[in-house]
Amino acid sequence: MSPITRPETAGASGALVEPPLLEVSDLRTRYPIRRGLVGALIRRPRRWVRAVDGLSFSLRRGEMLALVGESGCGKTTTAQTVLRLLEPDSGSVKLDGRDITSLPSRDLRPLRRKAQMIYQDPYESLDPRFRVRQTVEEPMLIHGVGGNHDQRHVLVVEALTRAGLTPPDLFLDRYPHELSGGQRQRVAIAASLVLGPELLVADEPVSMLDVSVRAGVLTLLDQLRRSGTMGILMITHDLSTASHFADRIAVMYLGRIVEHGPAKEIVRDPKHPYTRALLSVVPKRDPRDRTNPQILTGETPNPVAIPPGCRFHPRCPVAEPRCRVEDPVLHRVRGGTIEHEAACVLV
Amino acid sequence: MSLLEVRDLHVWFDLPDGGELHAVQNVGFSLDAGERLGLVGESGCGKTTAILTIMGLLPSSATVAGDVRIAGESVLAEGEESVRSHRWNDVAMVFQGAMNALNPVKTVEQQIIEPMEFHEVAEGEEARYEARRLLEMVGIPRQAGGRYPHEFSGGMRQRAALAMALACNPKVLLADEPTTALDVMVQAQILELLVGLSDELGLALVLVTHDLPVVAQVCDRAAVMYAGEIVETGLVDDLFHDPRHPYTRLLFAATPDLYGDEEVVSIPGAPPRLDREILGCPFQPRCDRAFDRCIRERPVLRHVHADRLAACHLNDLAAGNSDVHRTRATK
Repeated sequence: MSPITRPETAGASGALVEPPLLEVSDLRTRYPIRRGLVGALIRRPRRWVRAVDGLSFSLRRGEMLALVGESGCGKTTTAQTVLRLLEPDSGSVKLDGRDITSLPSRDLRPLRRKAQMIYQDPYESLDPRFRVRQTVEEPMLIHGVGGNHDQRHVLVVEALTRAGLTPPDLFLDRYPHELSGGQRQRVAIAASLVLGPELLVADEPVSMLDVSVRAGVLTLLDQLRRSGTMGILMITHDLSTASHFADRIAVMYLGRIVEHGPAKEIVRDPKHPYTRALLSVVPKRDPRDRTNPQILTGETPNPVAIPPGCRFHPRCPVAEPRCRVEDPVLHRVRGGTIEHEAACVLV
Repeated sequence: MSLLEVRDLHVWFDLPDGGELHAVQNVGFSLDAGERLGLVGESGCGKTTAILTIMGLLPSSATVAGDVRIAGESVLAEGEESVRSHRWNDVAMVFQGAMNALNPVKTVEQQIIEPMEFHEVAEGEEARYEARRLLEMVGIPRQAGGRYPHEFSGGMRQRAALAMALACNPKVLLADEPTTALDVMVQAQILELLVGLSDELGLALVLVTHDLPVVAQVCDRAAVMYAGEIVETGLVDDLFHDPRHPYTRLLFAATPDLYGDEEVVSIPGAPPRLDREILGCPFQPRCDRAFDRCIRERPVLRHVHADRLAACHLNDLAAGNSDVHRTRATK
């Protein structure tokens, strides 16, 4: 029934390795800039915001990948394109080995069930007039799954329990305003869990929450992917969080990944000059650890006019003349593990 | 005599149902010129209310008691009458989200000139010159002063908001979450600027934030607030390496560090409601080291050793032995 086939069939033949849960290749998503009437009349050339500009990565089951970068680097556009909330211009997104970029819209529903999104702000993402039980039940009603009323109730209780809202009876009839920020985010997570997703995209899942409860929500996500086959793509600007909870980190700059690899290795032994600068300005918790931040000057880069050559060269502290013309591709770095890649001609 | 001195500060808010919320309880701290103090704690702990009180900007539903002195002069004594001459002239504030609160139909420069003329610091050409000098000081080119806020990036707008706060040459700057909505690189730029300003101008800085690493890197001292009161205060280095209140220790443990390998743990539970009387230690229900005395008796903030105050009964247990804070109770 589902147009998305399970990978077991491929594995059973013995010849094929199980494909990654999510595989993104050379993805490009751009937004047109309005020219206005005059612009159109004088045929001013159409300009584009190249938000995602040649992005490739993969995510395995049970894995957490953190996509980090400054605002405007294309993190959120990536998330939306992966979930087909935005249409890409080119490239492919494969979920479970199946290309979803060309799926007709009527086939998107099963995809939506397999891939769920957790939003940044649990104060806005929950309907204030819905009790917790309604919020968590609604996705099942929309997708016409979960059986009858009593069966759905069981699933709601189960999802709340998995999301750490225990005992569930205490929360079922509450409204969002009766919950703390951390509890709200757990309700949002429960509402995505009822559909049994395989891919969870979490866009800054804790940045709106109080410090004291952040760890709890992140630990919950950590447990969810460890306990099952779910893969989590976490979008964050917080490198400390990424280094603690993710298996791998991918650093984005102007719509492209400039470095990726195992989380601890990226943090302890960054190769790309941008990653190095980014890590150097993260405030350390220990007051004695006052390392010299390497503060990059200049504005947050503009994805309308992406520099030629290496896109980081105008802000790069170690750029050479060739960086202005050579557009570096991701390659394995010297002295790194096999998974550690960077797009810089100097490493 | 300290430049800024806050003593026994209390703030109550009248609630619509007739009750009262004791938002700030017995808060006190002092600050010298060029010193940087971090005021940290979870949302709702009273840190913003405390600094709004210093500015005399609380709503009419608030009742204030206590003493705030700037260079020895009492600010709150006569209410609005006495606070007006100090506000912006002696003590200025950068509000949370200030970069989004600039007036969109006035140039950035006009918005800096406005408080100058209102407070009769400067006017006309002199004010314009002064405004451009301030902009340059915060890292915005002089000629950009004639531009509108929407032409600025987030980091530039935050710099402009900072220049506005500095318009009347204050001695004390209160900054409420000045970098919270900013990117890490822009955050680093703004923090560097704040440190530079406090060093060069001798500005006393109160940094209100929930971000402990920011305080650890920027401030000399910090005061940790919980449920309206200060539960521990001291040098940031001491607070991190030798906490004397379980809340301080747990707050650091809940904050991931870039290179730290230890587990990051949430603090269970939530802060108590402040519209009813709290018996015992307010942190006791969430504390991993609570014992019977904590339920009965509210600890008071007192000296643990020089330059360090904490409100925790554990400090009486082994008189001066900080090990009581280090080991975690087994469940």
